[in-house]
Amino acid sequence: MISEFDEKNNCLYIQITEEIDHHTTEKIRRKMDNEITRFMPRKVVFDFSKVSFMDSAGIGLLIGRYKLVKMLGGIAEITNTSKNIEKVLEMSGIVKIIPIKELIK
Amino acid sequence: MKSKYDNEMELKFISKSNNEAFARVTVAAFVAQLDPTIEELSDIKTAVSEAVTNCIVHAYENTEGSIKIKATLLKNVVEIEISDNGRGIEDIELARKPLYTTKGNLERSGMGFTIMESFMDKVEIHSVVGIGTKIVMKKEIKKEENNEIIEEEKNALLN
Repeated sequence: MISEFDEKNNCLYIQITEEIDHHTTEKIRRKMDNEITRFMPRKVVFDFSKVSFMDSAGIGLLIGRYKLVKMLGGIAEITNTSKNIEKVLEMSGIVKIIPIKELIK
Repeated sequence: MKSKYDNEMELKFISKSNNEAFARVTVAAFVAQLDPTIEELSDIKTAVSEAVTNCIVHAYENTEGSIKIKATLLKNVVEIEISDNGRGIEDIELARKPLYTTKGNLERSGMGFTIMESFMDKVEIHSVVGIGTKIVMKKEIKKEENNEIIEEEKNALLN
């Protein structure tokens, strides 16, 4: 996971660089929560361009982070998803609260 | 003894979470001989990952146990059987329901069976409390390349 904070736009950009399953989520969750609580961004963008696999553990991970971001007064977006990942995301309905957006950078 | 399938394999491993990736990649490699599309292969990997995670999180509740996968190929149908000797499922109908989870505190989404059912053609759940659970999933690998060839032939004849 690589993250970058854009101070000007108050936006935390998180690129996930590993496959997302039950095994990997705990580590990713800890790292994400550290960054989110550190910067308290107005917006968090989850970049999926480097994610080749995600199962339902990813849904739990995203819902949990969304709750944290929202509690801190921010919003969340997803970008650069592959077709397979979109399929999992859309099935869960999570895209209604964390929309999939076109790449912004 | 001659197998009634075109091919079959068995895999047995302990319920460690780093075996989730091992299991789905191994099954995908086995299924690859049917020449599936990337999407079909990804569907199978996701379904296997969900089933194996259920064994680890629910059947054995993070204690050590054994997980067995048997996969068979017959014509263009893959059948995958994933079984454990864990605690079993008390209410299968409830477990199948989207968003239902007994482990919401662990950020589990409750989408495991829903994903298995929509990514595979058929999913059977057999479970006995205190004995274990067996999931049997089937998926037909569509012969898209052949369809294209047939379409081309059709077009050639029509022209």
